[in-house]
Amino acid sequence: MSVHSCSVNSYTPDEMMTIAAARLIRPGCVCFVGIGVPSAAANLARLTHAADMVLIYESGAIGTHPRVLPLSIGDGELAETATAVVPLPEIFSYWLQAGRIDVGFLGAAQIDRFGNLNSTVIGGYRKPKTRLPGAGGAPEIAHHAKQIFVVLKQSPRTFVAKLDFCTSAGFINGHGERARRAIPGAGPQAVITDLGVLKPATGSQELTLVARYENVSVERIRAATGWPLAVADRMDVVAAPTADELRVLRDLHKRTEIAHASNTRRSKKTPRPAPASHVNA
Amino acid sequence: MQLGSLQEVIDQYIHNGQSIALEGFTHLIPFAAGHEILRQKKRDLHLIRMTPDLIYDQLIGAGCARALTFSWGGNPGVGSLHRLRDAVENDWPRPLSIHEHSHAGMAAAYSAGAARLPFGMLRGYVATDLPGANPQVREVRCPYTNAAIATVPAINPDVTVLHAQAADRQGNIFIRGIVGAQKEAALAASTLIVTVEEIVESLAAPINAIVLPHWIVTAIAEVPTGAYPSYAHGYYARDNAFYLAWDEIARDRERFTDWITRHVLCSRDHAEFLDSLAEAA
Repeated sequence: MSVHSCSVNSYTPDEMMTIAAARLIRPGCVCFVGIGVPSAAANLARLTHAADMVLIYESGAIGTHPRVLPLSIGDGELAETATAVVPLPEIFSYWLQAGRIDVGFLGAAQIDRFGNLNSTVIGGYRKPKTRLPGAGGAPEIAHHAKQIFVVLKQSPRTFVAKLDFCTSAGFINGHGERARRAIPGAGPQAVITDLGVLKPATGSQELTLVARYENVSVERIRAATGWPLAVADRMDVVAAPTADELRVLRDLHKRTEIAHASNTRRSKKTPRPAPASHVNA
Repeated sequence: MQLGSLQEVIDQYIHNGQSIALEGFTHLIPFAAGHEILRQKKRDLHLIRMTPDLIYDQLIGAGCARALTFSWGGNPGVGSLHRLRDAVENDWPRPLSIHEHSHAGMAAAYSAGAARLPFGMLRGYVATDLPGANPQVREVRCPYTNAAIATVPAINPDVTVLHAQAADRQGNIFIRGIVGAQKEAALAASTLIVTVEEIVESLAAPINAIVLPHWIVTAIAEVPTGAYPSYAHGYYARDNAFYLAWDEIARDRERFTDWITRHVLCSRDHAEFLDSLAEAA
């Protein structure tokens, strides 16, 4: 990827999105993440300002410290560097459902103005135009985590007036419906895109543009939104990435790329148990 | 417990029309067993797996499946499972009926199956379209508080197939690392088949390790590297390059069919399969 050759004076929209998301993670935060930008952002936070955060992956790795970003949610790297590895039914029941997660980090293919998410299908469910991977952990992460951060690129295809399928509930129809349905978590408190940051408005809970990135106009963000976008009276401009943030993120991606490119079966075989234990040796 | 070759064990215990679960959450995926099912041309299977992964993409593309129960159907860290998509979107090579869950829902269903309860419970699926897509997701009222709780019917596969690091001579199985829902899937099944990296004199399993005792295991086959291209913690790492390459192979029907024919159907066993991949590399 060409991003690695960028100087610290220039950065990509993807880098800005990852860094803006990472900045929202507070030290000590217990964070449940999925693969992709959420995983990159959470690990960037861990490697910069939030070293003591607790990183949890749905594969059961609790308090993990991966040296490279996992390609899959259940890479061995996550188990090897975790405080504890628990069975999958346990991570969803005793940990997530029990309300022990501060922040759930989700991506999606579509989001609507109330932060409801689709990661299931584009088109109809029975005869979809595009069948997406589906729910995974998302519906219950969105339900139980104390708050949700959503990360996705902003375009009229992703920010839609009506979802093709609701995989994970945000504020449903807004105006307190989430609380009335007795959903315990506070729902999507920030949506971080490649153009800016949206937060739910007090009362209506409609996603509202509260910050834009440098060199991105509000008009451009409106045009990338499939509904008439609400814009806050006071618009913040998110600070550009620092040299340190960019260096740590690029190093992380570089290490990850090298690790994932190798054919691991032959080149990285880990030692087998002591020959003394073999029957068929 | 019966010890046999993989060929014998699959021939004896997997039959057309059965519901079968090849479990393992990105780790210890029983690829060798799946390939043997493919070689023996088993048909009309109801496949069950939280994450269908490449192995079910192959079985679905080869026409072995009539139904799929799952909770996340992507190529982990890479993108789509193109054969699964083609089956759902275009009925190729045959229609596939899908029973879709979230991870938390499916974990609850396996746990209920292991406990021989009729259904599993969770706080989830609220305000999503998933219960509409899968009418098996329903709800009960708590007899103490009258609160609504989502239910999923227990999953009790005819056959569960696992891959594990080691068995001892008695047939006790030791699994370590990321364990997913393997224990629940094993205990939920009528028949349990396990392939292992090796058979050892002593498992040396720590207290509280996940050990499946020999008297719940129907049959064992020793298949070194049997989880490749997924990984076996302590033995070999995941071949991420293969997962990336699969995206290209599976995208095209003809290329997929050629790959299956050349590497799986034309090899007699897993060792020959690995040799044929090495030759092609």
